[in-house]
Amino acid sequence: MIEIKHLKKSFGAHHVLRDVNLNIEDGKITSILGGSGSGKSTLIKCMMRLLDADGGEIIVRGKDITKVQNPFRLAAVRRHFGYLFQEGALFDSMTVGENVAFGLEYLTDIPKSRYASVVKEKLAMVGLKPEVAKLNPSELSGGMRKRVSLARVLAVSPQCILYDEPTTGLDPIMSDIISDLILEMKKKIGVTSVVITHDMHSAFKISDYIAFLYEGKIMLYGTPEDFRRTDNPYVRQFVDGSSHGPIQMKLMRD
Amino acid sequence: MHWLDQTGGAADMVRSVGFWLVHARFEFKQFVLQSITIGVDSFGVTALTSLFTGMVLALQAGNTINNIFGDPIFVGTIVSFSLIRELGPVLTGVVVAGRAGAAVTAHIGTMAVTEQLDALHTLGTNPTQYLIIPRMGAFLLTMPVLTVFSNIFGVIGGYLVAVYALEVPGEVYLNDITTFMGASDFMHGFIKSFIFAFMVAAVCCYKGISTRGGAEGVGKSTTGAVVTCIVLILVLDYFLTAILTAFGI
Ligand SMILES: Nc1ncnc2c1ncn2[C@@H]1O[C@H](COP(=O)(O)OP(=O)(O)OP(=O)(O)O)[C@@H](O)[C@H]1O
Ligand SMILES: [Mg+2]
Repeated sequence: MIEIKHLKKSFGAHHVLRDVNLNIEDGKITSILGGSGSGKSTLIKCMMRLLDADGGEIIVRGKDITKVQNPFRLAAVRRHFGYLFQEGALFDSMTVGENVAFGLEYLTDIPKSRYASVVKEKLAMVGLKPEVAKLNPSELSGGMRKRVSLARVLAVSPQCILYDEPTTGLDPIMSDIISDLILEMKKKIGVTSVVITHDMHSAFKISDYIAFLYEGKIMLYGTPEDFRRTDNPYVRQFVDGSSHGPIQMKLMRD
Repeated sequence: MHWLDQTGGAADMVRSVGFWLVHARFEFKQFVLQSITIGVDSFGVTALTSLFTGMVLALQAGNTINNIFGDPIFVGTIVSFSLIRELGPVLTGVVVAGRAGAAVTAHIGTMAVTEQLDALHTLGTNPTQYLIIPRMGAFLLTMPVLTVFSNIFGVIGGYLVAVYALEVPGEVYLNDITTFMGASDFMHGFIKSFIFAFMVAAVCCYKGISTRGGAEGVGKSTTGAVVTCIVLILVLDYFLTAILTAFGI
């Protein structure tokens, strides 16, 4: 279990995460919902230690990883996670194949001779043909980039995967395929997943638990059933995707 | 105190270079690729600028000496001394900073603003190990080599002007070089080129990793890197000359 306790993160005077408390259960899928700019990416970047939290704790395997400073131990902390970047973050000086194979050298014992078959297999998992491996990232569509990026994460078989909007920019069918893929990773290998999403359909389909991030705190945490039934007006509005409700009123008052 | 922050940041970067140099695999393939890129990128411009610098040195020195002594003597000595001790390392440093250095900052800077540097952290390596160390190594290898070529082309340029414009016999020109140049003069230039290489590599890599703010930020840090390199080369050159001379080099 990963325990996030009283996590705080500000950018200057902008307090993005005020007091986040959240438990991520092992082998389960936890989705994080929240408006644009509410700090979802910031939260998982703190977990990956791509950002340093200002306060609070993130406890992984009994140790608070926010205090780790030694570069070696920090690298070991990051090894625990796979991270899907919101914008893909593909290496644009390498081909798709080299991108997907990149982590193998550093994070696995797979011999170089097998890289090509791993690349092919992972591309197939995200619904891409083997020929894509020869292309450059600049030659891909937005949705393809996202999937290549996902293939790069899957290639190194992480214990826990942090997905930053895995289905954004994909067509509805591909979206559902990726949702199935995340579910399959859980069932087959017991991967722990944290999924940031705006896609309610996908969130209800895959999640074991859902957390709703609002004003720097987790406003509601529960099962998809809890979210369907809740009468919390903020969550209700978000889940129903309505422009009328407390969240908009809040914005207009500010 | 902006520059102080930057110096501190660059010092942290150099420390992390020390750490990962000892604790992680050296990315030999990247080092070779970078050496080739930097060398190939900069060779043509270095050769051309040095050739003409040698030519103008010979022309100016020849004419001045001719006016004073009525004979263009010691042209070879003046050209080779100026080149090997000063202009070779300085010109090469400036050209490499403008070509290869700018390319390094733009590349790493683009990676920084598109989260590719973070991606390195998530895939079991880090920007220091994968990008900075191979590039620093490549600058340290190629710049002294390019400096040697720069010296050679400069001396050739001086030869052409001395022989064909000033009508100094070729043997005299070469004799003037070999009689007065010593090993310490080569050492003087070599030490400088090595220090400039380190400086250019550190500035350009640091400006790259500290880039923020999209495409505009990449442009800013690239020009910033080149300007910083050129100013530092010229300033450092004076102090290095003073220090090295004090040590008899
Ligand atoms: N490096 C940074 N420097 C300054 N402010 C930042 C930085 N990164 C994020 N922010 C700010 O923090 C807030 C939260 O950003 P974050 O990217 O976590 O939002 P998000 O919930 O992922 O939004 P989205 O759904 O649009 O991706 C935003 O207001 C953003 O402006
Ligand atoms: Mg985000």
